[in-house]
Amino acid sequence: MNAPMNASMNAIELRNASLVLGQRTILQDVTLDIGPHEFIGVLGANGAGKTTLMRAILGLLPTASGSIRVLGEPAARGNPAIGYMPQARAAVATMRLSGWEFVAGVVDGHRLGLPFLGKAGRMEVDRALDLVGASSLARRQLSQTSGGERQRLLLAQALVCRPHLLLLDEPLISLDPHHQSGVVELAKALQVELGITVLFSAHELNPLLFALDRVLYLGGGHAALGSVDEVITGPVLSRLYGSEIEVVRVNGRIFVMSGSHDLERDHRRHDHDHDHHHHEGAAHA
Amino acid sequence: MLEYDFMRNAFAASAMVAIVSGMVGYFLVLRGQTFAGHALAHVGFTGATGAFLVGIAPLWGLVGMTVAAGIGMGFMGEKLAQRDVAIGLVLALSLGFGLLFLHFYTAFATQATALLFGNVLAVDAETVWTLMGLGVITLVGLAVISRPLLFASLQPELAEAKGVSLRLYSILFLAIVALATAECAQIVGVLLVFTLMVGPAAAAQRMTNSVLPGVILSAVFSLAEAWLGITLAFYTDWPSSFWITLLSAGVYLATTLPRFARA
Repeated sequence: MNAPMNASMNAIELRNASLVLGQRTILQDVTLDIGPHEFIGVLGANGAGKTTLMRAILGLLPTASGSIRVLGEPAARGNPAIGYMPQARAAVATMRLSGWEFVAGVVDGHRLGLPFLGKAGRMEVDRALDLVGASSLARRQLSQTSGGERQRLLLAQALVCRPHLLLLDEPLISLDPHHQSGVVELAKALQVELGITVLFSAHELNPLLFALDRVLYLGGGHAALGSVDEVITGPVLSRLYGSEIEVVRVNGRIFVMSGSHDLERDHRRHDHDHDHHHHEGAAHA
Repeated sequence: MLEYDFMRNAFAASAMVAIVSGMVGYFLVLRGQTFAGHALAHVGFTGATGAFLVGIAPLWGLVGMTVAAGIGMGFMGEKLAQRDVAIGLVLALSLGFGLLFLHFYTAFATQATALLFGNVLAVDAETVWTLMGLGVITLVGLAVISRPLLFASLQPELAEAKGVSLRLYSILFLAIVALATAECAQIVGVLLVFTLMVGPAAAAQRMTNSVLPGVILSAVFSLAEAWLGITLAFYTDWPSSFWITLLSAGVYLATTLPRFARA
């Protein structure tokens, strides 16, 4: 129903692209193509550049050298064909607004004037809520929703402009395993139903295994794009991490280990201190 | 009581100011910037007392200083605006300078009290018209930027990606808050600006989950509190600002009661 105009056009093209934040080079001389209708899992340690890459695709960060093209056009701010779900902010949980208003505030939000919605605008809000199965949250106050429910509302906001490319930045953070799988399933269903490209960044590979077409693994300024079997290997990840990495497969799940440490799990612990996230519950493969 | 000119002036001035405060305050509370409104009022005190010193109307000193400070805060960005220590020090410093200016200009000691706590019954007809003009400018400004402001408040990263300049709207909004604060200080004084800017808006957000009804309810609360406060002041001869703060706190507490009843 919402297919891109040119089905064969690449969603994202990086040509010798380098991204620099301050003094730090995040990505160096990266060239890659992401095709239409692909579900890409974006992985890598913190600071590897997952968010930075998304901001560059959105046109919020210019390339230091090389180029980024999105849906055939140079990356530019305000591209209506890109839906973006940023990492959840704590402030949303305290807002005294309904889920409906939270999504409605996004419709034509860049235009000056009073925030009144016409019939088309209201239908767009209903449609976005319906797509993510959040119609029941429309009347509920944000402060009375769970983390998983707020993720659905954030996703609805991203879908308001009927994007052809959806960038989801760490939607699984601070969700318990049950809700994690719900978000991945929802993103996969939307990708198939709407015929769009999805970039889904995460700390962990396992919750994404059943959904993704290819993996984009970032690290040490480099990027590796390919199937799970091509990318999640000792040699490839050792290059990205700059240290000896071992990949262990157990019952269809994959663990990335440095010495005796599970790297993905370590990163998550350090950053978010959410001990209730366990691999065991998030297995999907 | 409406046979007195000063009462008619008080009701007219407070009507405009209350509506402006209620509407601007709604966005202030939504964005979690209530402290910024409080800070701007304090800075305004310096502007007003400074204006005494150089011989211009304190209202213009207040407006000039708050708007300059609001724009400055907007330029420095949200991160700085949330640094408690920096804001606290600027507040104390500006009140300190205000005190110094008063020290040099002792003739109007009562003016200081009026600035700090407001004296709506002393508002003259000329000031009423000035407040009407400033109020219209403030409301038109808010109306023009309200949609992108709401977007930037709800989801800043997405708004930025869609081409909304967060810094621009932060600056414009704080300039509007500064104008509203300067107007509000005429009614309840710089120290009590919170009572009309934040109290009604916070109460309204407890009553409704929607933006438009929230903005309107906030203005209605603010207007009712201001008018009732002035009426009570007329019959009791107690300060109007006292009654307005009492009503503001009372309305806010009342809106929190249903939660306790449920619990």
